[in-house]
Amino acid sequence: MQPIKRPLRLAFAVAERAFDRIFGAAWNPFYNLGALGFFYYWIVTVSGIYLYVGFDTGVERVYASIERLTYAQWYLGGVMRSLHRYASDALVVMMLTHLLREFAMDRLRGVRWLSWLTGVPVIWLVYASGVTGYWLVWDQLAQYIAIVSTEWLDSLPIFGEPIARNFLAPNSLDDRFFTLLIFLHIAVPLILLFILWLHLQRITRPKINPPRGLVIGTTAMLLVLSLAHPAVSQAPADLAKVPSVLQFDWFYLTGYPLFDLMSYRWVWALAGALTLMFAALPWLPPLRRAKARAAAVNLAYCNGCGRCAADCPYAAITMVPRDDGAAFSHQASVNPSLCVSCGICMAACPPSMPFRRVAELATGIDLPDPLLPRLRDETHRATKALAGRPRVLVYGCDRAIDLAALAGPGVGTVGLPCVGALPPSFIDYVLSRGLADGVFIAGCPDGACVNRLGIRWTEARNAGERDPRLRPRVPRERIGSFWAARHEKRALAGALAAFRARIAALPPAAEPPPRRVGVPETVP
Amino acid sequence: MIPALRYLGQAAAYALFAAFIGYFAAAPAYTYRPPDMAEIKLSFSHGGQRKGGCRPLSAEEIAKLPPNMRRTQACPRERVPVLVEMEADGRLLYRDLLPPSGLASDGPSRAYRRFALAPGAHRLELRLRDSERASGFDYQRIIDVELRPRQNLVVDFRPEAGGFVVR
Repeated sequence: MQPIKRPLRLAFAVAERAFDRIFGAAWNPFYNLGALGFFYYWIVTVSGIYLYVGFDTGVERVYASIERLTYAQWYLGGVMRSLHRYASDALVVMMLTHLLREFAMDRLRGVRWLSWLTGVPVIWLVYASGVTGYWLVWDQLAQYIAIVSTEWLDSLPIFGEPIARNFLAPNSLDDRFFTLLIFLHIAVPLILLFILWLHLQRITRPKINPPRGLVIGTTAMLLVLSLAHPAVSQAPADLAKVPSVLQFDWFYLTGYPLFDLMSYRWVWALAGALTLMFAALPWLPPLRRAKARAAAVNLAYCNGCGRCAADCPYAAITMVPRDDGAAFSHQASVNPSLCVSCGICMAACPPSMPFRRVAELATGIDLPDPLLPRLRDETHRATKALAGRPRVLVYGCDRAIDLAALAGPGVGTVGLPCVGALPPSFIDYVLSRGLADGVFIAGCPDGACVNRLGIRWTEARNAGERDPRLRPRVPRERIGSFWAARHEKRALAGALAAFRARIAALPPAAEPPPRRVGVPETVP
Repeated sequence: MIPALRYLGQAAAYALFAAFIGYFAAAPAYTYRPPDMAEIKLSFSHGGQRKGGCRPLSAEEIAKLPPNMRRTQACPRERVPVLVEMEADGRLLYRDLLPPSGLASDGPSRAYRRFALAPGAHRLELRLRDSERASGFDYQRIIDVELRPRQNLVVDFRPEAGGFVVR
């Protein structure tokens, strides 16, 4: 899979950075694919309710009722119809792009398996919703879809009377057929909504509403498209005639030409094989390296504040009643099957401070191979080796940044499982102790954090907007950050060089005071 | 980037996406069947006769049955397969032995086939055997049709209407 994923990842990274420049990270559509999908779903729902009011389920009247909406009431019914169609098409684009992006970024294994697996029926249900919608129009395209779809269903040996016999001749259909069809067209999207709820179960703060800028832009785009190029029906269905040249909606009917290229049973086999392959992808080779062990709670330092639970991107931490007799009402509890070992919880925990003078630096929640003491040790090691001016310490995400390429005489580096795993007190520690003249944080592109929320929490903590906050005394001008995709080595190096130049213009930081590490001390 | 340029870029991105959606929502056209061809659909659902035929029950056998289920004949459930043939202008288009449906093979035999034909005059010869006879057919019909371009001619089978019917 890597030969497919790597170029895909690069293509997405390039496109995302281009859109970053145009839309900004917050409005970048690539970072809001799922949310845009939801938004289109709601447009389809609202416009669908309006169309349903004017829809007549009589075989002879169904086509006329839609024509009436389209032409006699073009300013509302026609616009609603166009919005219904184009938002449905845009939904397919968002869904497939979202699927490709998650695949390219390997966001389908580990705790993400449930989201991936539930995404598979979502694809089927979106297509089923669209196909039943086209059927309702009862024009030539609907007739074609009706005939081919029912013949495809009939090729399964599970139906008694062939369903396709309902479309043999003009008098084969009765009015109840469209009543059944509209029931399906409403029921399938409702089931889809339920599956989407399952789809989001394992992640906290899922983005289901796009930012206002995207809402306004997307709505305006759909309205202009609906007015400039309204959705219209083709000639009315006539079962006495064979459908011939059809204006295809390729977003929903991409697979239909296959019915003319191979037998129906082969199409079933192909669809089944693809579905199985997609569903099995989280467990197919190359298997991810052995799963990192889950974070563990150290009750000696946990006061049940709940910050770790609030910051966990995968709802792996819950607050449960205290069970060790300590004078706190709650304690953190980790569900190992949901933990991705990102370390964000450790950074959120108040005792995660490098200033503490204890023999063994520990905190309320940390990875099994404790990240907090390792981070302090590596900070000391990296800053000790710094030479010349300005001295800059880079904290970088191991998943996104090639730290070795940044290191040099004046630049020390410390790797993190995620930038969100850096407690803000470390920046204070480095600058107040004069270990370096500046601290530079580098991670995944904003909106594309491998572990989710790492950049968001880092920025909020450093801006003093979220606990644990970076203390006001820390000189902000000595802090820099850059969010880069792995291929953007030159841009990252440039940002670091610019930061160093800025720091060089500042007076040198104070020399580090003498300190004793690893020896129990009394806090002055 | 200058804000004005950013908004211009966003407008261009929306315009491109709208053009992409608007175009592929109804184009390019797909030709399902050439407009200068016609089609014949042979489709029916018809049960063959019971295999082995019915046998009269003796008085003792009838007496053994519950009073509300007494009948005079015992008929096997299984039906014979239906043999169907269709020729167009002397050329055999279709011949198939259609098995009865159902786990006990007691359901109707079903056919649903489409055949493309050039418009114009055609002679259709239709034959169907639904009994245990070894040769020949129980139903036969010759139909002369004049097919128009894109016409969908349906050939059904309804024994109550005398056999093959054209719709």
